[in-house]
This record gives sequence, C-alpha cells and structure tokens, in this order.
Amino acid sequence: MTDTFAPATRFAVPGRIAVSNRAAAVWQTATLTEIRRETPHASTFRFVVPDWAGHLPGQHLMLRLRAEDGYVAQRHYSIASHPDDAGHVELTLDHVEGGEVSGWFHTVARPGDEVEVRGPLSGFFAWPGDRPALLLGAGSGVVPLMSMLRQHRARGLSVPLRLVVSARSPEELIYTREYGAETTAVFTRSAPKGVPVGRMAAAHVAPLLAEQPAGGWEAYVCGSNGFAEHASRLLVEAGQPVDRIRIERFG
Amino acid sequence: MHVTRGFTGRPRVPDAGLPPGQYDAGDDWPVLSAEVTPDLAPADWTFRVDGLVEQPRTWDWTQAHELPSSAYEGDIHCVTSWSKFGVRFGGVSLDAFFDVVRPHVSATHVVAYSHTGYTTNLPLEDVTGGRAWIAWEYDGKPLPAEHGGPARLLVPHLYFWKSAKWIAGLRLLDHDEPGFWEQNGYHGRGNPWEEQRYSGD
Repeated sequence: MTDTFAPATRFAVPGRIAVSNRAAAVWQTATLTEIRRETPHASTFRFVVPDWAGHLPGQHLMLRLRAEDGYVAQRHYSIASHPDDAGHVELTLDHVEGGEVSGWFHTVARPGDEVEVRGPLSGFFAWPGDRPALLLGAGSGVVPLMSMLRQHRARGLSVPLRLVVSARSPEELIYTREYGAETTAVFTRSAPKGVPVGRMAAAHVAPLLAEQPAGGWEAYVCGSNGFAEHASRLLVEAGQPVDRIRIERFG
Repeated sequence: MHVTRGFTGRPRVPDAGLPPGQYDAGDDWPVLSAEVTPDLAPADWTFRVDGLVEQPRTWDWTQAHELPSSAYEGDIHCVTSWSKFGVRFGGVSLDAFFDVVRPHVSATHVVAYSHTGYTTNLPLEDVTGGRAWIAWEYDGKPLPAEHGGPARLLVPHLYFWKSAKWIAGLRLLDHDEPGFWEQNGYHGRGNPWEEQRYSGD
C-alpha cells in the first residue's frame, strides 16, 4: 500500500518572497569605496557592485577572499544597506579576535580593494516591507534589522516597525545615530545615567505584543545563539506565534 | 578568481579531510536554525516513515531505541563554511527503519520533515546503505535541543542543513521535491566535496 501523509508546514517559506537562484550562483567583483567606523570593534564597509541584482532587507551574501597561494576563505554576512541604494552594498563587520576575514577587513582593507561576493542569498529572514515588523537584535545582530529600518525610512512606509536592540554599552551600540522613536536600546554592561543595566527582558517585549497591529507582528530575531534562544523565548512567552518568529543566528 | 591584496589567511596545513571552501571550526559547534528551538521531550518525540513503502510505521522514543544501535564517528560540514572533525553521534541507522517499512522499488527520493515543520529533500540512495542515521546522542550524551535533540537526522556526507533537526519523519517519493532551504536557493543535493552550496553550483 502507499501512504501520502503530508507533514504540517507551519514553518514554511514565505510564498511572497522570490529568491534568485541565478544571482546566488554567480560570483561578482565588489570594490570597496568607503570604510566608516561604527564602534571601537565594528566598521561599515561600503562596496560598489555594478551588477548587483538587488536584495530584500534581511538577506545576506557570501563573500570570499583569496590568498596568493590559492587559499580561499568565504563567509556569510548580512547586508546592512537598504535595497534602494542601487549598485551598492554595505556590510558592517565586527573585528573578531583572530578572525581571518574580519581581521583582513579591519587591518588591511582600504578603498579600491576588490573582493568577491555572491548573492543575495536566502529569503527566509527577508522582510519585504509589507507586514508589521517586530525586530529584536543584539550586537552585530542588528545589521540585517538596520537594513529593514532603513528601507522603512527611505520609503516612508506606514506599516508598523519596532526595534529592540541590545548592546554591552552605548559605545558598542552600532548605528547609534540612526535610531528613532521606533527603537528601544537595552544595555547589558553599562548604560547612560538613568537607564537601567540588564538583559533584554519581558518588560521590553510584552508591551510591544500588547499593541498588536492589524494582522499581528512578523518577528525577526538576530544575534548570537545565546541571544537568539533568549529573545525567541521572550517572544513566545509574550504570546507571539512560533511560526511568525524568524531567527538568524551568528554561530 | 583574483588574489585579494594583502590577504594571507590563517596559518594552515593542508588537510585532506577539509572540503573546498571550508575551515576547521575546532571545538566550536555553531547553531544554525531559522526557527524557535522546540521544547520537545523524548516522550513526545515520534518518527514516521511513509509514502512509497510497503508498511508505513511510526516509532516512539522507546520503540526506536529497541532497534539495533549504530554510531557515526567522523566529520560534518556546514554550508556556511565551517567543518567539524571527529564528532561522535549515537543512534540508529536509517537502514534499520527501512528494513521494517520496506521501500517500494519506485521510491527514488525522500522528504525529511521535522517537528517544527522544516523540510529537506534527499535522494533515497543518500540515506540508505549505512550513510544516514537517526541520532540522539552526541559525544556520549543526549543530543542538546539546540542541535536537534531529542533526535535529528544525520547525513554526514552532505552539507549539514540536510541533517534535519527535531526529525519527525521521512516521506518516500518517486520524484524530487525541494525542501525549505532548497526553495530558498540552496542546492538540491549539497555535496560538500563538489561545493554544491547554492542552486546552480
């Protein structure tokens, strides 16, 4: 006998997001044009990529560097810039202790250097700007979320967007000048006077879920695995449906 | 591909066990999953094999543990470019489950699906002949939830997104049916030695 049991697909690819397989397969030359210091440990690297097919906020790319002996290192990085920045892509990279790729970016790279990229990749974490977005990020996990916030601003979108971002201290908060009324900053080690120090908590998340927009929130969580586990549990405990939480984990 | 000015990479010795484009993650075991880690107790875990088989069957935790145990010791490779050497998993070979359900000769592919709804597709020949396991132990201990515990699929000769966490079942088909990441632009098969990362590679 045959049996055609179909598994539940509550965790499904959003049908409204198309991913270009062709763009994902082709390596392109990206030329570094600008380096902007964000924090003592993070900088933004701006590239010209003439044939970039465009991306949705939340997508990432693969980047590769090649040594003279043919050795290749490749890494996935979230895209920080918004899609309307045509022909350009920005990445914000932490200087990872002993990191061979981030180390090259932070100590060797200068405008005019060329690297190779392919993408954009993966539509799962992407946000096309059509649904209310509740964004939780920590450290450099805020990078793909900033792409969403920038698109929200650049296009003057009216769909609700809220961001809760966690950093060790104000000095380590990436994109600090760009946050507005939509953002709550949480500091885990030291905070400005009058701001409590501590981990992201139910008190940050529950009020946002209490102000349910029409159609409910689409939640995006990005950061270290420890943060992702913690933040996604806060969301579930506050009532956010599991199948409307998308997670991007950095290691 | 051109040389990146000033890039030397970390000191390296050639390692025959490292597929192209991969680096040795050492003691790290990065967690990569796009969904909320489910709170799934062994008592609530089930594993079903159906589709093009003689005898569809669902096993619970106890029944699955009554099958002959089988271990994997070797390497694993993630598409995000880390590899991990000499890992040890304990569980049951998928062959033991197939011996019970008896696949039809027409079955050519499987869709693996998880208790979270995640899916991934594989050719049947990639999960038979001692090449795939249901794994519930890592390094002699229960598999941690964030790595797919209580039980995950293990197909170590392919990129690790094929090794579905929180495995709930396999459906045997007479055709290929792209799963979650495959619909998101990832390669249909995912052989690390041929760098089958994305569709079109």
